[in-house]
Amino acid sequence: MLQPINVSLESLNLITLAPMLITIAGGLIILIIDLFNNKLDKSLYVMLTVLMLFIDFGAVLGLTVNERGFFDVMLIDGVSIISQLMVIGASMIFVPLALTSKRFHEYSYPEFFALFLFMIAGFQFMVATDNLILIFVGIETASLALYTLIALHNRSNSYEAAVKYFTMGALAAGFFAMGSAVVYALTGSIELYKVAEVLAGRINETGLMISIFGSSVLLLVAFAFKLSLFPFHTWAPDVYEGASAPLAGYMSVVPKIAAFVVSIRIFGMYIDLGVEWVRWIIIILAVLTMTLANIMALVQADVKRMLAYSSISHAGFIMAAMAFDTTEGNTAIFLYYALFMFTNLGAFAMLWISRHKKRRFNARYDHPYEKFSGLIKIMPMGAVIMALFMLSLAGVPPFSVFWGKIYVMQAAVNAGYIWLAIIMGLNSAIAAYYYLKLVVYMFLKDPIKDVDTVYYNISKPLMAIIGLATIATVAAIFYVQPLVSYFYYMISASGY
Amino acid sequence: MENILSILVFFPAVAGLLGFVIDKESARAYGITVATIEFLLSLWLWFSFDMSNAGMQFVEVIPLIPDIGVNYYLGVDGISLFILIMTTLMTLIGMTSMSITTNIKNMIVTLLFLEMTMVGVFVALDAIIFYLFWELSLVPMLYIIGAWGGPLRVYASIKFFLYTFTGSLIMLVGMLFVAYVYHNLTGVWSFAITDWYALVLPVNYQLWLFAAFFIGFAIKVPMFPFHTWIPYAHGQAPTIGSVILAAVLLKMGTYGFVRFSLPMFPDASVMAITPVAVLSLIMIIYTAMVAYSQKDMKQVIAYSSVSHMGIIMLGIFAMNAEGISGSVFQMLSHGIVSGALFMLVGVIYDRRHTKLLSEFGGLAAVMPKYAVIFGIMLMAAVGLPLTMGFPGEFLVLLGFYQVSPIMTILGGTSIILGAVYMLRIYKQSFFGPVTKEENKVLSDLNNKETWSLVPLVLIVVWLGVYPKPVLEPIDNSVKAMLNFMDGKAITQEAKDMIKVSTSNKEVN
Repeated sequence: MLQPINVSLESLNLITLAPMLITIAGGLIILIIDLFNNKLDKSLYVMLTVLMLFIDFGAVLGLTVNERGFFDVMLIDGVSIISQLMVIGASMIFVPLALTSKRFHEYSYPEFFALFLFMIAGFQFMVATDNLILIFVGIETASLALYTLIALHNRSNSYEAAVKYFTMGALAAGFFAMGSAVVYALTGSIELYKVAEVLAGRINETGLMISIFGSSVLLLVAFAFKLSLFPFHTWAPDVYEGASAPLAGYMSVVPKIAAFVVSIRIFGMYIDLGVEWVRWIIIILAVLTMTLANIMALVQADVKRMLAYSSISHAGFIMAAMAFDTTEGNTAIFLYYALFMFTNLGAFAMLWISRHKKRRFNARYDHPYEKFSGLIKIMPMGAVIMALFMLSLAGVPPFSVFWGKIYVMQAAVNAGYIWLAIIMGLNSAIAAYYYLKLVVYMFLKDPIKDVDTVYYNISKPLMAIIGLATIATVAAIFYVQPLVSYFYYMISASGY
Repeated sequence: MENILSILVFFPAVAGLLGFVIDKESARAYGITVATIEFLLSLWLWFSFDMSNAGMQFVEVIPLIPDIGVNYYLGVDGISLFILIMTTLMTLIGMTSMSITTNIKNMIVTLLFLEMTMVGVFVALDAIIFYLFWELSLVPMLYIIGAWGGPLRVYASIKFFLYTFTGSLIMLVGMLFVAYVYHNLTGVWSFAITDWYALVLPVNYQLWLFAAFFIGFAIKVPMFPFHTWIPYAHGQAPTIGSVILAAVLLKMGTYGFVRFSLPMFPDASVMAITPVAVLSLIMIIYTAMVAYSQKDMKQVIAYSSVSHMGIIMLGIFAMNAEGISGSVFQMLSHGIVSGALFMLVGVIYDRRHTKLLSEFGGLAAVMPKYAVIFGIMLMAAVGLPLTMGFPGEFLVLLGFYQVSPIMTILGGTSIILGAVYMLRIYKQSFFGPVTKEENKVLSDLNNKETWSLVPLVLIVVWLGVYPKPVLEPIDNSVKAMLNFMDGKAITQEAKDMIKVSTSNKEVN
């Protein structure tokens, strides 16, 4: 006779689920409000979303490190806490960018904000577990919501972007599922800590290496899609171009943070097990990604596509840090993204304020370089701020991304990969060219006469967000220390 | 005022920020006032500087990112003190003599930011802070060349930026590696140069690191194979850009060798003497010949300035007190003299809007004051005794004679070659009958130009006749550095090569 399952509520440790539940509840609240009154303005929803994220942020901060919950499916370690904080933080900067002076299609739907909150819940599930199925559920929740958000932009190329992203995402999901299946077949478990235990015992069995190889390759391909690593990066520029500028900036940061956390968990495990070629594949992918994306970025005619390729290149740069499998390397990943987040979102926000509601700048592009020529004469403050973002992305000290770069390079040197640090340095030098190109257009060329204005979308909230990003970019030197020590502490506490 | 260095660094930056609100009619007066105050502050630094102390003075340390060992760490010794004063002086004079009228406010603000970065480079004692100012100095210069330059200005400015940026990123990897080695040995992260001095590195490490730093510094100097950016930069830059570039920015490279390469990697430096000397000789002789064949007056000055940078490099790698002190002195003289020459070319360009040598002739009859000052500066550039160019050049050759007499003789020919092309342009443009109609009506130096050039002439003559007040503190610090290098060197060749003056040894 079957025994009734007897689970005490305490053993579930439901508090570990609280952050995700808050965002999901927030999304539902938005939908319910819309049911009662569908004439409410977007500003209400924006602020509600920010408030929900605020509560969420508090809830994540209140979590205790290294706890498991909900049948040991949830894993709240240092990495999951800092990545959730970064996801929420970036989202809080992103949402107010909806408050443009012009009305855009997607923001008139409250569903946009509900979907957005669901997506964040998805990311939070992704990073707060080491269960391959829950990771899968998290990825899919987040991705499906994200595809819809892109399509809501309501332009022909945003549909194209959404469908392209969806197709690639589905392919990646397939690879992930197959990879997980192989892992399960090898070990009889889908929980990474158990997988690691079993594999550690069986690693020397003859004939097993091929399946371990297979599982890691399948998983690596899946995440290479998500992280837009070469040669699985081809979707990224088109998707970024089709999505609205803030969403493109968001996509270049937040989904990648989540995917990096999962990658650290999975591939860190492989490297720890002594599967050296996983490390080498990651390094090779990283080098190819940063170099080729850089070279592609050189020839782009559109600033948004250039930024898309540049963020692929930055992802490659950071990917290399993962291969070291040192606490320092993993800290570097988070530090880099924490610093990159502000600068990159700021740069995309600058593109956003220059977006005309209907008209494109020319037949092909929204943001070609020519659009910004002579910006110093049209909008001096804007030009200076954009130049700061560009210099920061190029790694000119003392702006924020420089500190990320130097930390990654120091981690590379410490792990014994001096040649990799040199490649990183040379890549930064190549990258400087295309960032400078925009600076040159803005400062050294004359405005094109038939452009009336390039700041259609400016509004007080947008200015506040860009101001915040500017301060974070310029004053990085003062907050790098607390950030590094907090990240380092949290990551070493969770054993990575 | 123990924190005078911070004031020196941040005063121009704050002034630059506030400069945005100044009305553009008054921007120029604002800039000159700020630069004067900065110059006076640097003079104050000189007067409160303890001449008998060879070590770092006015040291300030504030931890910035202790977890990775980055500190805000400033200090000044005899080597950097005078380069610093030269920097503030040349910024002031350059700004005073500036003839630019378009976007004058942007120019003033940019120059003030540039001054911050230049001062920062010479007082930074933390490698990351040094790197920070070093890289940051590229941005204002990029803007100055790109916005006020000639027809190819955008190409020239980007070439300048990317060339230096690439080199310094390799140098950055070198810095990170030194920090890593330091951490391995001591368990502490530190980027402080004075901490790094204490590291005794194995010779193969030294060689690699020397190479990494060499690329960064050599591009800036610019050493022979890496010099291709400079003709464009000088050719396209406005007068003020060339003045600052030649007077100060190039010195960052040679200063880097003295501050980093020699004391940190003494054995590698000794091994590098011959290759570096060969490159310097190529640089001296080759660029002097190129200068001879130029048709553009500014390009002549530009190439001759590169040629004289070769002498500075030669002196640094003489590894004895005469050579290095002479080199540092030559940096100052090169800064003042080539800065002045670029200003003089700018003067004639403002009047005629051409710099072609064939356009000029018999200027001495039309512009006597101009001809006199040009002549003095020219003589100083070729190292005539009793001008500032002489003691430096003489000491360098004297120092390098102990290393290799043949190379010294080859280097000495540069003075002759220098005299040839310099005298040629002087003869062609100033003597003889006035060849062109347009030149007959040229006006002589106006007040602004006279008052910016005369102080330089006075300095050139004063330090040519009596260089001791400057040379002595430099010599003190250089001797201390050599003593230190000698004690630190591992290989016997290095110990033999590094000449420690006996008198100083007795004192210690």
